[in-house]
Amino acid sequence: MDNYQASLDSIFHALADPTRRAVIQRLGQGEASVSDLAMRFDMALPSFMKHIGVLEVAGLIGSKKVGRVRTCKLEPTKLAVVEKWYDDQRAIWDARYKNLDNLLNNLKGK
Amino acid sequence: MTAHLQFDFVVDKENNTMTVKREFDAQRQLVWDCHTKRELLDQWFAPKPLTTKTKSMDFQNGGHWLYAMIEPAGPEYWGRMDYETIRPIDNYTAFDGFCDATGALNPDLPRAKWDVTFTEQGPRTLVHTVVAYQSAEALQQVIDMGMKDGMTSTMERLDELLVSLSKR
Repeated sequence: MDNYQASLDSIFHALADPTRRAVIQRLGQGEASVSDLAMRFDMALPSFMKHIGVLEVAGLIGSKKVGRVRTCKLEPTKLAVVEKWYDDQRAIWDARYKNLDNLLNNLKGK
Repeated sequence: MTAHLQFDFVVDKENNTMTVKREFDAQRQLVWDCHTKRELLDQWFAPKPLTTKTKSMDFQNGGHWLYAMIEPAGPEYWGRMDYETIRPIDNYTAFDGFCDATGALNPDLPRAKWDVTFTEQGPRTLVHTVVAYQSAEALQQVIDMGMKDGMTSTMERLDELLVSLSKR
């Protein structure tokens, strides 16, 4: 549970920043090099690397270096924690509304 | 049974908001009553296999609904919905909250704002609900709480149930 808690903390911290959310969104379309990403977000490489570091620590993205190019990609597993919660919420609403359909049918029959 | 009823569930992760749109095959007054009267709420609000039990209901501006969702094995999850504005039979806004059986709110947990709108669509009624958390951190606290009190495992069983039902 404590590990889980720590991982949630780092995920929410990572997602609290608009630049980092935009990086996630961009990587959703496919992997990209750090220098391309930095250019796209109009940011100096050192400060952009800090954002990449936060996302990596949270486990939201992974990166590997080939030659002089560091490439980033999404790690979908950690994002799944929040994703899962929303899925649960959808299931709750779907289930409670099916109850309501039945209730309304009963009430109309009276 | 009734023909296909619209059901949209949209998540806005940047704004920590869920929007639920659902059509019901009934007149608006009846759908409104089901959302606002305790004896009717008790018959649908909790997803199966949980059931709903109202302890008190004061449906007016500044009033609140105190209820529990109860598992078949016994555990109860208490909640209260504090009504902020009510415009029968068009809209109400409220704040949800986690509390104990006396209705004392858990001060450590954030509350989401609910904005619920009822619209006529011919013989049907559309219910449009927006549930908004104040921040990503607020939402995180709610997720953490769900894992601590066992609600999550209940929901996982619910997931399994829904999967098995949809396969029939």
